[in-house]
Amino acid sequence: MPLVMPDLKPITPEIVMTCLALFILVADVFIKRKETLALLSIIGMAAAAFTFALPGALNTTFGGMFISDGYSMFFKIVFALNVILTILISVKYLAVERVNFGEYYALLLFSTLGMMIMASAGDLIVLYLGLELMALSTYILAGFIRYDMKSNEAALKYFLLGSFASAFLLYGISLAYGLTGTTNLDRIAMTISEKGLAGKPALTLSMIMIAVAFSFKIAAVPFHMWAPDAYEGAPTSVTAFMSVGPKAAGFAVIGRVFLMAFPMVRAEWVAVFIPIAIMTMAVGNIVALSQTNIKRMLAYSSIAHAGYALLGIIAGTADGLASMMNYMLIYAFMNMGAFAVIIMLRSEGFKGDAISDYEGLSKTHPLAAALMLVFMFSLTGIPPTAGFMGKFYIFMAAINAGYTWLVIIAVIFSAISAYFYLRIVMNMYMKDPKETVTLTTSPSMGLALAITTVAVLAIGVLPAKVIYLARVAFP
Amino acid sequence: MLPKLFFGYFAFAIIVLSLLVITRRNPVHSVMWMLLLFFQIASMYLFLNAEFIAAIQVIVYAGAILVLFLFVVLLLNLREELLTNRFISAWPVGLVFAGAIFAGAVSAVAAFVPNFSGQYTVDVINRETHTKALGQALYTDFLFPFEIASLILLIAIIGAIVLAKKRMRS
Amino acid sequence: MPTAYLPVLIFLMVATAFGIGALVIGELFRIKRPYRDKLMPYESGNAPVGEPRIRFSVKFYIIAMLFVVFDVEAVFLYPWALVFDRIGLYAFVEMIIFIIILLVGYIYAWKKEAFVWD
Repeated sequence: MPLVMPDLKPITPEIVMTCLALFILVADVFIKRKETLALLSIIGMAAAAFTFALPGALNTTFGGMFISDGYSMFFKIVFALNVILTILISVKYLAVERVNFGEYYALLLFSTLGMMIMASAGDLIVLYLGLELMALSTYILAGFIRYDMKSNEAALKYFLLGSFASAFLLYGISLAYGLTGTTNLDRIAMTISEKGLAGKPALTLSMIMIAVAFSFKIAAVPFHMWAPDAYEGAPTSVTAFMSVGPKAAGFAVIGRVFLMAFPMVRAEWVAVFIPIAIMTMAVGNIVALSQTNIKRMLAYSSIAHAGYALLGIIAGTADGLASMMNYMLIYAFMNMGAFAVIIMLRSEGFKGDAISDYEGLSKTHPLAAALMLVFMFSLTGIPPTAGFMGKFYIFMAAINAGYTWLVIIAVIFSAISAYFYLRIVMNMYMKDPKETVTLTTSPSMGLALAITTVAVLAIGVLPAKVIYLARVAFP
Repeated sequence: MLPKLFFGYFAFAIIVLSLLVITRRNPVHSVMWMLLLFFQIASMYLFLNAEFIAAIQVIVYAGAILVLFLFVVLLLNLREELLTNRFISAWPVGLVFAGAIFAGAVSAVAAFVPNFSGQYTVDVINRETHTKALGQALYTDFLFPFEIASLILLIAIIGAIVLAKKRMRS
Repeated sequence: MPTAYLPVLIFLMVATAFGIGALVIGELFRIKRPYRDKLMPYESGNAPVGEPRIRFSVKFYIIAMLFVVFDVEAVFLYPWALVFDRIGLYAFVEMIIFIIILLVGYIYAWKKEAFVWD
């Protein structure tokens, strides 16, 4: 039987990433200085990112199982930025936590590879395997500080609820397969319309199961229970990584699956996502008010931001999706920046993750306080920062799609969120320092902060470029 | 009639054994019931003409993964384990959710179109043998997922060593 | 229904009946005279020392985990071997990639001394 060699050009970035991660894993055994591994990972990741633009990269391969299009490319850029920024902020931090092991970088790269496969998945089986590759690597990373009980607890909770979500996803996939006889997203949509399956209870159940599984991944209420504990216990650099990467990957597959495979039952999944979005914004913003630990507070903030981004999916228009993608990119910058400052406060023998630790930071370390101010303003959505632009485009898209009442709710909760973000700012600028906080700085940390700050301000002032990128990315 | 009888038996046995697994106080007993459960599931696969999957169920699950479970159980302090409550206090909530999902599944079953068949019908599988048919699909149409699976296995190796291997702090 | 497996079913039923039957008949006819020494766990003739439920070392877990991973790898080889003559070089390349990825894991585990029992 003659078999045609599959077109490998579209998956070149994934192949490069696989080789890179395998190389880092083996190199770890021979290289004593782990900072070298960090450098190699960043160079390799940048090289993989360059292959995004190779000729012939935008195509479908493996019989429709792998789709490389503008949509997936945009998300892959977000993932690449996410992993590079994470590596930059972890180099010194790992040494402070005494877990400076090379596997860390390999796992980050494998997790990113999983996300890239998810964003490009044209088949539910590929989607599931990409999701597991991403999730399993992240579970291990969450428990990376082995001697710390909280880190262990974080990994275990994340793992248990993550596997629970996987079970839901598999139920949903098997129902969809039983109904349509295929796992290919395009063919599922075709079979649904050909056979008139829309509105059948089995299809609705399948769609709900898949929606529940993805809601776990983006930490949407009521499937968010794992997030605060996992975010608080995990090493801070991993918290930064998993508050951006898996969330963006979750949104990538939500956009792909629901708009590609289930467009016929759009009214039904919108009815599922609207209450989820409202609950997510409400619980995320209101519970964040009472937090005393900044990592926990940012966990709830991350839940709330998933709620805003869901509005883009609910709108369902090309504008809605573009604004959601745009939001993920902006969120990556501002959240990474905030976590970078948190990591700087961690030093030998000082945890620095309580909100009270920020009291009077402007007097002892004015630059760090000013940077934190920018990120907090951006997370609140105050102009001229990127966060404002992100929210603005999402809300505009939702209003244009006819969900004005939903946007009003979102704006109200967004106003509530100002209280807990600006409380940090108030602590930094209007209180006196209790104890002297020493910052753990390093050149790589400085670079990460420079990139995130410039990006947050530049996108805030000149948003047109990014919006254009997201808009052309969407087919 | 006979196939229905067989299916009914397997379905009933699997449900009862699963309940036994989660309600036993002693984890070792749970694992033993699980062994029986895996054999019932394997028989169910065999009954559904999936010979290879049935063999894998016995070799990998009953043979290897269950041993892993037993090792983990032996890592626990059984004395303490026997004193703790079997379920968390919020278990009725879980029961309500499980009931809702069950009701949803039952109502969904009615919408299934029976006798849907694709490329691999029972006749084709019987002629080719199940293992061959599976290999044919796995190594031509599904080669991409197959390669991702190797990465997931690799992650399992890394995870076991990172999380359980004794080593010095850096 | 796979009727070819009917002998296996009959075999299982006979084997189960035989096992249960032997226990039941033994229970009915044997003489029971228990006393303390007889009820003690058998320790090769010595008096048992200490608690039987000791905690195992976590080292067993790593070995078991590595065994499961390579067991699953071997499982993929069965259907591959059966269809190899049909697919040919194509299948060969696929399996080489699969094995190389796991070989990296093997080298990693080896160098991290996962197989050393210290």
